[in-house]
Amino acid sequence: MRDSRRQWRYSLVAFAIGMLPAACIGSPASGQDAGSLGMIVERAAGRVLVVDTRKRTELAAIGGLGDLSHASVVYSPDQRFAFVFGRDGGLTKVDMLRRRIAARVMQAGNSIGGAISKDGRWVAVSNYKPGGVRIFSARTLEPVADIPAVYGDGRRSKVVGLVDAPGQRFVFSLYDAGEIWVVEFGDPARPVIRKFRNIGRQPYDALITPDGRYYIAGLFGEDGLALLDLERLDAGVRRILDHYGRGRRALPVYKMPHLEGWAQAGDYLFVPAVGAYEVLVLDRRDWRQVGRIPVHGQPVFVMARPDGRQVWVNFAHPRNDTVQVIDVATRRIIRELSPGKAVLHMEFTPKGEQVWISVRDDDRVDVYDTASFERLARLPADKPSGIFFSSRAYKIGL
Amino acid sequence: MTGFLVASGLAHAADVPDGARQTELLYLLKHDCGSCHGMTLKGGLGPALTPEALAGKQVSFLSRTILEGRPGTPMPPWGRMISEPEATWLAKMLLKGGIRAR
Repeated sequence: MRDSRRQWRYSLVAFAIGMLPAACIGSPASGQDAGSLGMIVERAAGRVLVVDTRKRTELAAIGGLGDLSHASVVYSPDQRFAFVFGRDGGLTKVDMLRRRIAARVMQAGNSIGGAISKDGRWVAVSNYKPGGVRIFSARTLEPVADIPAVYGDGRRSKVVGLVDAPGQRFVFSLYDAGEIWVVEFGDPARPVIRKFRNIGRQPYDALITPDGRYYIAGLFGEDGLALLDLERLDAGVRRILDHYGRGRRALPVYKMPHLEGWAQAGDYLFVPAVGAYEVLVLDRRDWRQVGRIPVHGQPVFVMARPDGRQVWVNFAHPRNDTVQVIDVATRRIIRELSPGKAVLHMEFTPKGEQVWISVRDDDRVDVYDTASFERLARLPADKPSGIFFSSRAYKIGL
Repeated sequence: MTGFLVASGLAHAADVPDGARQTELLYLLKHDCGSCHGMTLKGGLGPALTPEALAGKQVSFLSRTILEGRPGTPMPPWGRMISEPEATWLAKMLLKGGIRAR
């Protein structure tokens, strides 16, 4: 058995040989490591920016990724490759160190995000058109499995809320059908599908708790959330927070909340209300609502700082020029920031000392210190939307 | 970077929004309506809004949908932000394909 030091050297050499065509860019000698990288989506330009999250600088712009409205990104387990899911069905694998497209396929007509398996071998994409999930080899992007979201009399549903779950599983929701499907793909060519029907009307997005145990779908068509315990599938889907949702005097929702950003802080979950200017607080031990925090507008992303002491919230059009910070201990708003017009997304550095905020209409990304709330940097970006750091590679469901 | 071209000759009625407002409306259409309908209007959670997809729909139906939303769907009422003549203008633009991806 080789000692670990030699093994490390061996990998370094193999890596350096692999890097030869890229000259020095991104080679270990330049001090660049994949762990401090991130990606900013320029939604209108079809381009992504590779950034260094420590130096707070842009390293490269990579174009030709198609329609990136609502694009999202997952990372390979070694953080080297980013998989970008475009709106137009494009799936692009980007080499973060060589800073170029490694592979790209047009896999559907209209898509809404995806997931990568825990072992990093499979990438799944959720599609609106044709409705379903397609699974690809993460190495080559060759198709491995096609799972049409067929329901009722043979119609196909749009698929939302696709996540990877413990035990080689992908979980997703069928928007038109009101179903949750759990797919086991121990043998990816023969996926085993378990379907949960009548979970509620119009599940529009979903999340998996950071421990990978619970899958929760938000319902647009009725009040409440659909909860599936992934350790106890036989118990089925149950409804929680029955009064959550549109309510009788609901306000119009000009942008759908995103559940991926739901914040878990200790035993509490902070979730965006739908049709109300509130963040709701749930006790995740019994799934009961224990509080509501009035906020500036319809919340879109409600995100916990990695240490769980702060929750940052942005808002839907037309109140989307503001970010509010909730102190978890007191459940009070302790800060209100006005980064600029159309704040679309926020991303924390892995330990949470900084947050990056995309300001679409002002064409820039601002970096704030989360303790002093001072602005540390400002990066130009063309209509920036999602920001995705490579530390997501180590998080369940991201 | 403007992603849309406005075909000339469409704007002639008395109630047509002025040039600056037209630019605002088209920006709103692309980026905010685009959240659900796609930036190229080819659809997303909401249906496609291309002339082909809207063929056969009345201007009045589309402008009412913009102003009042569609109950039972995520389409919200935009009447607080968009006036009736503006909604009519947008509906005509969508139907005639006066707005298209560059």
